[in-house]
Amino acid sequence: MNRYTRRKITEKIMFFLSVMSAFIGIVVLFLILGYVIYKGAGGLNIDFFTKLPTPVGVPGGGMVNALIGSFYLIGLASLFSIPAGILIGVYLSEFGRGPFASAVRFVSETLTGVPAIVTGIFAYSVIVIPMGRFSALAGAFALSLLMLPIITKSTEELLKMVPETLREASLALGIPRWKTIIRVVLSTAKSGIITGIMLAIARVGGEAAPLLFTAFGNSYMTWRPDQPVASLPVQLYVYAISPYEDWHQKAWASALVLMGIVLITNIVARIYARDK
Amino acid sequence: MKNVKLNKDTAFKWLTAFLAFILLLLGIGILLKLIISSRLSFDAFGLKFLFSREWDPVQRLFGALPFVWGTFVSATLALIIALPISIGIAVFLSELAPIWMRKPVSFIIELLAAIPSVIYGLWGLFVLAPVMQQWVEPLLGKYLGFLPFFKGYPLGVGMLTGGVIIAIMIIPTISSISREVLSAVPAHQKEAALSIGMTRWEAIWKVMLPYGRSGIVGAIILGYGRALGETMAVTMVIGNTPNISLSLFDPAYTIASVIANEFTEATYELYISSLIEIGLILFVITFILNAVARFLLWRMKRFEEVRG
Repeated sequence: MNRYTRRKITEKIMFFLSVMSAFIGIVVLFLILGYVIYKGAGGLNIDFFTKLPTPVGVPGGGMVNALIGSFYLIGLASLFSIPAGILIGVYLSEFGRGPFASAVRFVSETLTGVPAIVTGIFAYSVIVIPMGRFSALAGAFALSLLMLPIITKSTEELLKMVPETLREASLALGIPRWKTIIRVVLSTAKSGIITGIMLAIARVGGEAAPLLFTAFGNSYMTWRPDQPVASLPVQLYVYAISPYEDWHQKAWASALVLMGIVLITNIVARIYARDK
Repeated sequence: MKNVKLNKDTAFKWLTAFLAFILLLLGIGILLKLIISSRLSFDAFGLKFLFSREWDPVQRLFGALPFVWGTFVSATLALIIALPISIGIAVFLSELAPIWMRKPVSFIIELLAAIPSVIYGLWGLFVLAPVMQQWVEPLLGKYLGFLPFFKGYPLGVGMLTGGVIIAIMIIPTISSISREVLSAVPAHQKEAALSIGMTRWEAIWKVMLPYGRSGIVGAIILGYGRALGETMAVTMVIGNTPNISLSLFDPAYTIASVIANEFTEATYELYISSLIEIGLILFVITFILNAVARFLLWRMKRFEEVRG
């Protein structure tokens, strides 16, 4: 076999492996999606969305506390992280020059890479210990630490893409800087910023690690921010590692609901971003 | 009148700067708080903490070695599995796939990154672990059992299953950045390689990938950082036993997993402080890795801009 044929064969093999890699990626995704749908669909009914959980062995019951709890935690986390993230993005894009802005940018990038469990430890030591108990507030704080850098970064990048001429046109009309930023710059980049926020929500919506010892869990409903609160990912985890068959069934059902919410948010955000 | 306008502008600027300052404080606060809270454990064990294999809450003895070991081995294993697949995907998406296929396929691969960690854990525990136990591990033991890595009884939950799950989770990170890096390689590089008679594969392997080297190394480090900090999925499949064993079939334990499992059970301060200290170790490692990765990716981007 001559050299050229050998090189051609190497090329064929490598290209085949490359196609296989993509194939493996797609197959694994559909295996996971398919299995969760297959196992989870059987456990879904109206009770799942409306009833509180029952003790082991008692049939029926649902996950309404965890479902509401998850939305509650994300809502609380959003209260701080969405406005703060947008405004920090504004700072970095519109005013941020010099060492202070570089430091903020660096810390923000670093926070994106911090393992979620570490933000849980931080929330535990600054909120749970002083308060003396697990609370929704601590959980929301941990989640907002994860959301903040994502929103900051996407806002900054989008604002930088807004053409300078738009700012100049607005300023030339005598509109003050702050109003220019809010009414012209931010509103031009609005759809992109919304995408960033949705992606941040999809990312933290599935997080269990930072909630384990902050929001903890709760078998009942509560709206009090100083009380422990249930969440879908944590509840799923507890059910999954339990030895009980009917809890495993509930874990699959909650996995289906959680996956549905997270993936739909993610997909809608990305399609929305592409269309704009 | 002019003054009022100016004041609002200044106020707005200071408001945004103030929030940016809070972000800065939060970042520094995490590091400081972890250091302060692990003080107790550091005073008790000093540097020995890093090298001790003892983890015995009853005897009040704590050492991080089994967890550091488990974290690095599982993440490295994941990287060994994920790297070739990710590069394969990146090459497929940037060079081989027909144009109409590229967007949907990369969209699907990136969805892997959106699936929550607990769901990977659930799937890993009830689907992957039994498959590993009944098929993969016995096969590996039969044909590669002479290696120390594939000895012992196949349990299903253990280092190998943990590594596979993490690999699936970091594939989208590494492949999507590598794809961007490959797409950013200027066309003339590839054309020059082809014009001197290289095959397309040789052009990719010997010219394009080396050209984007620093970007790809950045992608790998970023993926590795994610692998080290991965918590829920690993906790559910790695077996949670503080072992140091060469065999990948044996159960192991990672830093993130022990924190997830034992934090709420830690009944006295030294225990909590020891858990926080290993959390600090994880934080520092991922921090350094991220900083290096960002630097490499940033340098590549700047290099591109300078070259035009």
